[in-house]
Amino acid sequence: MKKIISLLILLGLGLSAQEQIPAGAGEEILKKIDANRVIDKAVSVSTMIIHSRSGTRTIKSKVWSEGNEKALVEFLAPPREKGKKMLKLGKQLWIYTPEPNDRIITISGHLLRQSVMGSDLSYEDMMESDMLAQDYRAIVRGKEKYNNRECWVLELTARHEDVAYYSRKLWVDTERYLPLKEERYARSGKLLKKAEIHEVFPVDDRWYPKHMTFKDMLVRGEGTEFIIESIDFGVAIPDYLFTKAALRK
Amino acid sequence: MVILKLAFRNITHAGLRTWLNVFILSFAFVLIIWVQGLYEGMQRQVIRDMQAIEVGGGQFWQRNYDPYDPLTLDDAHAALSSELQHLVQNGNATLVLIVPAAIFPEGRVQSVILRGIDPNQKIVSLPSQELTNKVSPGVIPAVIGSRMAKSANLAKDEIVTVRWRDANGVFDAAEIQIVAIFNTHIQTVDVSQIWVPLQRLQEMVHMPGEATYVILKQGLNNIPPGSPDWIYRDYDFLFADINNIVKSKRAGSSIFFIILMAMALLAVFDTQVLAIFRRRKEMGTLMALGMTRRWVISLFTLEGSLQGLLAILVGAVYGIPFLAFQTKVGISMPQAVEQGGFNLGATLYPVYSFKLFLLTTLFLFISVVIVSFLPTRRISKLKPTDALRGKTT
Repeated sequence: MKKIISLLILLGLGLSAQEQIPAGAGEEILKKIDANRVIDKAVSVSTMIIHSRSGTRTIKSKVWSEGNEKALVEFLAPPREKGKKMLKLGKQLWIYTPEPNDRIITISGHLLRQSVMGSDLSYEDMMESDMLAQDYRAIVRGKEKYNNRECWVLELTARHEDVAYYSRKLWVDTERYLPLKEERYARSGKLLKKAEIHEVFPVDDRWYPKHMTFKDMLVRGEGTEFIIESIDFGVAIPDYLFTKAALRK
Repeated sequence: MVILKLAFRNITHAGLRTWLNVFILSFAFVLIIWVQGLYEGMQRQVIRDMQAIEVGGGQFWQRNYDPYDPLTLDDAHAALSSELQHLVQNGNATLVLIVPAAIFPEGRVQSVILRGIDPNQKIVSLPSQELTNKVSPGVIPAVIGSRMAKSANLAKDEIVTVRWRDANGVFDAAEIQIVAIFNTHIQTVDVSQIWVPLQRLQEMVHMPGEATYVILKQGLNNIPPGSPDWIYRDYDFLFADINNIVKSKRAGSSIFFIILMAMALLAVFDTQVLAIFRRRKEMGTLMALGMTRRWVISLFTLEGSLQGLLAILVGAVYGIPFLAFQTKVGISMPQAVEQGGFNLGATLYPVYSFKLFLLTTLFLFISVVIVSFLPTRRISKLKPTDALRGKTT
């Protein structure tokens, strides 16, 4: 869930970002995106609608996050998922299942490949680095209209050998510098994941995605929708929330 | 010799009572050997199949490899030591590389293990040569077991997408084509396993020359010592699970044997008690004729023991043809019957060793001697005069 929020935050840019980015300066666009994603502390409430082969499920959650390294997610609904928690600390991830199990599981190895609550997002997606400029070289391929918004089309190629997605393609709003659409590719060039923003909203001095879809392109289904209901920045979050002990509280 | 003749005459004159005891004892005798033979056959069959298709003549494991801990798989790969490379080059070993992955049959995700193996290897009986079949450019040939085919709903020549992460953690994906589906009783090479050409897999994950484990040729004599990266796993280690499963099943079945033997021995015991009660005058006469109490005790013990001996002989008369028939024809097992974690195949062939016969025979005979002797202890207190009058003290 932290990744979901990060992804949404990743797509948020300043309301005042009006300047033109010259063609070929793709990396400058990435730096802007990264700069706008940096947050100190935030608390958000969101809804995840999973459109799977077997039907549609809606999951509501609350997220406390600090930078990109720390996040605590508490699932609020439906009753079956209520009370479950997820804690991310750097490269480590734990899931807590409340009574009657009352169990904390470390998510690592093959478990990272599994889906988060049956969504199109895997745990390893949640663990990916969000710093695009650090991980990718970008080339601006031109301009395209997407959802009636003028967008730069960026092709990203991994700078290092250890970046999860070898290449990405972004459609970045030329006015708001918001990546309205993103495609993530395997080294072989096969499309693996796709993210689209359908609606944005202003919060303080930033634009944030209100409604977006994340789709695993290898899995049949309509993808997973994420809807941010509220987000507050700069709120005080006690340190103990980002500890394993907090999972049982 | 007199005592033996007398004992034999007495039990044959007892007629039906003796033969009922003999029959129930022989039934227990044959049944114990039959069931123990089944377990022996089960154990040998699974071990033989595992040796043929998976284990070979033993294995070397990369030090991080633990098949029961999927968390180790990402780090369980290394280049071969010079000794192991030498074995592979001489055709005495083949290497296998394991990579966790996911396939997407019919648009659903399924976790699998990609196993790279040399298509030309002759060390194990996997149909790896099928991996040389031609497929479309860019498509990876793959061989799977029938259980994997069923669980993923994949048929021969079908193409499915596979996604994996290379040595650096970078996602990659490609199409694999199922060029062959094989049948095996050994689930560990079948369930959730996809076999692909070794070199192709090494290229896919950027691990040139690396492997997760090395399978040795069966009967290989000069097994090189292990190294910090490569640990030798012998049969005791590799078959520990199978041996433990069979051991626990044998222990479970021993309860059944104990009940059966208890019933049979109770019949012998009861016969002895009844005989001692009914034959008091005979005992008194024998003592009056100068036979010692010890001699009389020996006579009655011998009579009971002879029943055990007869049971072994009678059991041999109908048991040997029955067990021989079973060894030859085997026992048909329903397809895919799970037997404590492993499949036995279509037919289970029992195995009866000399040790099994000897131990079971000794066990039965000694048990009969003991229960034959126990009731006769009363004779040691018997006074000949009382016995002649039909009294016991």
